[in-house]
Amino acid sequence: MVMAPERRGAPKAERPLAEQPAIDAALAPMGPVVDARAILAALDEVPDPEIPAVSIVELGMIAGIDVGSSGITVELLPTFVGCPALEVIRAAISTRLAEFGRPVRVDVSFATPWSSDRISPAGREKLRASGFAPPPSIRPGRELPMLESAPVACPYCGSNRTTLENVFGPTQCRSIRHCAECRQPFEAFKAI
Amino acid sequence: MPAPLPDVRPGSAAADALPTPTRAALAELLHTMADDEFVSGFTDSEWTGIAPLLEEDVAISSISQDELGHARALYQLLADVLVDGRDEDALAYDREPDEYRHARLLDHPRGDWADTIARRFLYELADEARLASIGFGYRPLADLVEKLRREERYHRMHVRAWIERLAGGGPEPRQRLETALAAHGLDAPTVFTPLGGEAALLDAGILSRGMAGAEAAWRADLTTVLVPLGLALPPEAHPTADGRQGHSESFRWLWGEFTSVRRSEDGATW
Repeated sequence: MVMAPERRGAPKAERPLAEQPAIDAALAPMGPVVDARAILAALDEVPDPEIPAVSIVELGMIAGIDVGSSGITVELLPTFVGCPALEVIRAAISTRLAEFGRPVRVDVSFATPWSSDRISPAGREKLRASGFAPPPSIRPGRELPMLESAPVACPYCGSNRTTLENVFGPTQCRSIRHCAECRQPFEAFKAI
Repeated sequence: MPAPLPDVRPGSAAADALPTPTRAALAELLHTMADDEFVSGFTDSEWTGIAPLLEEDVAISSISQDELGHARALYQLLADVLVDGRDEDALAYDREPDEYRHARLLDHPRGDWADTIARRFLYELADEARLASIGFGYRPLADLVEKLRREERYHRMHVRAWIERLAGGGPEPRQRLETALAAHGLDAPTVFTPLGGEAALLDAGILSRGMAGAEAAWRADLTTVLVPLGLALPPEAHPTADGRQGHSESFRWLWGEFTSVRRSEDGATW
């Protein structure tokens, strides 16, 4: 099992997934060796259906990849329990990994609770570039998010003079804010 | 594309490890939690398109979507415990109205906005007290609960802001809120209706405290919000055994709504 960074209670990435030891291929009876790093790279091409600028890897939704003798298992963390895009993502993973020629299973898991702290630096930058303010960091165990007090920079002009208009937005993972500097409403990824 | 690997249900092995009485008690707990989330989500989804403000249309729709998602995840765990051939869709949609076990607090039409806010406020705080009572004895539920609580705190933040807004919003909003709180306050403790298998759940560590302990924590939380606003607390009446039975005509109407697709198209899924 290759584990993703940021397991329960670990606020910072310890080691990127791709640097961790590859799986054993000795038991692979089905053809060429499949490297977990190659699978991770392929998954990094699967976009989030609701914010296609970022991949599911950049959002931190992949908790583990297991290549066994029977096939490839991907552990997927939903951003929200009721995320309606989840089935679309599962299907996209199976389609993208078809080239490896192994049976694929996507396990939806809550063993590690997904947090917005799992979004990678590259993912945060891509969110910002596409008009979504990345979420403020949530420290483990923090009871209430700092939504109303933490500064959230406007993704358009960079000003911190922004206010929360609605905790809830067009999808479960987004809030609506307003920038007093450039007078632009914008969406922010929820800190969760 | 190669055939997919067969699904592994996370709850199956864990449920198989439980003694039969504990397993039955866990099913009862999951049944009540899932039905509460399901019915509250469906009731409040009735606001979509007609909430008093556009912002609130977005908010209540998103909250309802969360609750239905939580219900789905809880029904999946329930399916793993029951293993009677029903999946989450069958559990959600293929039961008769009397088989639902939601609390009487949630067995009401959506009412006006103050009514919805009062009901949601009493329920959200009760739900948190219940989620905080789940121990680590059944790992699939403990893992899910940790995730649910991250989402539910946004619901509490939202409804608490509305309680303050209505309480300080002049005579009519305050009067409507007080009327709604008084009416729902009578039913609110039914969220903590005693569970037949509570002792087994406590023994197994699936619950870290019983429903009476959760109710006490809930009353303490209510006090911190309501008393500073000069609003009355619900009466100190504890729930009786029938707090989740005998549903209203309004629920039968809602049941007709939420089962209509499933009944018209056999096997329709989420």
